[in-house]
Amino acid sequence: MRGLAVPLIALAVLLALPALLTPYTQDLVVRIAIYAIFALSLELLVGMTGLVSLGHAAFLGIGAYATVLVSGDAGASLGKVLVIGIPAAAVYALFVGALSLRTRGVYFIMVTLAFAQMAYFVAHDTKLGGGSDGIFLYVKPVIEFGGTTLLSLDDRRHLYYTVIAALVATYALLALVGRSRFGHALAGIRVNEQRMRAAGFATYWYKLAAFVIAGSIAALAGVLLATKDGAVNPELMSWHESGAVLLMLILGGIGSLRGAVIGAAAFTLLKELFQAEALIGPLASHWQLSLGLAIIAFVALLPKGLIGLRARLTGAAHG
Amino acid sequence: MAEAKAHDTGPLLRALQLTRRFGGFTAVNGVSIDLHVGEVHAVIGTNGAGKSTLINLLSGEIAPSSGRIELDGRDITHMPQPRRARAGVGRSYQRTTVFPEFSALENARLCAQAARARPWALWQSAQDCGHSVGAARAALDAAGLAEHASQRAGVLSHGGQRQLEIAMCLATAPRVLLLDEPLAGMGAEETDRMLALLGALKASHAVLLVEHDMDAVFRIADRITVMVNGEVIASDVPDRIRTNRQVQIAYLGEGLEEVKPAGIPSGDRPMHSSGEGPH
Repeated sequence: MRGLAVPLIALAVLLALPALLTPYTQDLVVRIAIYAIFALSLELLVGMTGLVSLGHAAFLGIGAYATVLVSGDAGASLGKVLVIGIPAAAVYALFVGALSLRTRGVYFIMVTLAFAQMAYFVAHDTKLGGGSDGIFLYVKPVIEFGGTTLLSLDDRRHLYYTVIAALVATYALLALVGRSRFGHALAGIRVNEQRMRAAGFATYWYKLAAFVIAGSIAALAGVLLATKDGAVNPELMSWHESGAVLLMLILGGIGSLRGAVIGAAAFTLLKELFQAEALIGPLASHWQLSLGLAIIAFVALLPKGLIGLRARLTGAAHG
Repeated sequence: MAEAKAHDTGPLLRALQLTRRFGGFTAVNGVSIDLHVGEVHAVIGTNGAGKSTLINLLSGEIAPSSGRIELDGRDITHMPQPRRARAGVGRSYQRTTVFPEFSALENARLCAQAARARPWALWQSAQDCGHSVGAARAALDAAGLAEHASQRAGVLSHGGQRQLEIAMCLATAPRVLLLDEPLAGMGAEETDRMLALLGALKASHAVLLVEHDMDAVFRIADRITVMVNGEVIASDVPDRIRTNRQVQIAYLGEGLEEVKPAGIPSGDRPMHSSGEGPH
């Protein structure tokens, strides 16, 4: 299929990269891929269902904290971490979604934000997750079989390939959702929910399902992020993080899976650039300012995001 | 009287003493109406008479303040709209509600999908869903849109979008059709085609038609209910409605300018104004 050519080429390049990259660059690619998973999960809500959530970081954080808490001092298998971390976020998403989806528009934004801040303060103000300092992940997740370690995420290359595999799986799942009856119903809800109800769709349950799936995928990103960083802290759940992932979608272009991936890469690279003292000197300590200006410039020049750039350049309507 | 025309079975959809208040304003006041298979039941009335609110109540879009709605003798007053739609109560909208970015086929297919939604079947492309594609093609065919199936709904003509609105309703395989001004803005030819379609549909459907085009109403309706200020002032066969003095005064007064519509506030507004009230 023509539509798959670009993602497949990108995948081939990603698989070959570790042989060529310095540890720093490899780490950067891993970070981009994790944020791409996170952004893709929000794209299911914002782009595919039309639900703008400003509390998506809560689910990232739950996945991350679950990883550290389940691992403890002795470490845990990747399977165990995922089997606890993802359902934990799914349950919270079910709770948050069940309540917030009774509201609309700006109220939905505020309610999701409020629930994420709740999660943030639970992590910040209780001893559960080490308080405001967070906690370290001493032993990273592994996959063992019959006493042999098949995969250890402590190994840079193992982590790299695991994260790429997770990104591919997420992308493939959401691509399937997009073409399925479920995805088409979500698209209908995004355009005209009332019309969908009149046709016989119980739209509330569709939105709730999308919310829970999105929260679960965000938790997957959280598991990987905690593993990569070897630590968690409450800032993972702060509204800055929820806002950042929304900005990734806006940068890349809402309404396309590729846009979410491109946006995650662009945001992460811009942030890296503006924080690099070697490149931009003393301005680096004011990176929020430069990043903010850059994003304003991008949004002003490319209202459809980076994904709209090609159509812009060729001057042709992008099909 | 129409009661003389014996119905083999009871009404398919029945509303009893439906009332809906919005704050201090009573949009629909004690309206009872029966819809039978084999009948086109037109509801006419001036702007703001409560016709659209009545459709919203019957389709479950809004809840009545009091009263009762029955489908096949079963109480559905509190059944939520999606379930009611799947139980066979279909509606179209006065304002066109097609999904402009989707093809005409996809518009109808999406509506047909509601009957057998299977949202968990992620491995199957929606386009390969035989049930909904088949129902959608049949609905487009019935509405006269078969040739425009692959066209984007947003680029269809106004008449085409109105036809698509009907096709989307038909695609859900309803038994009751609640049609809110399906002829609005249609040309003579399109109107004829739509009336022929309604005539064919009524054999197997109970049809409620809210319409401002009086010629069309009197051509197609088997029964006409006249609403003024949220209340039913007459409900009868077309010939009797035409000669009903109360109806003439309250509603058809436009053509009888010498008649003062005393005691019926705002009931003398012209009926062919360009837009409906804010429903």
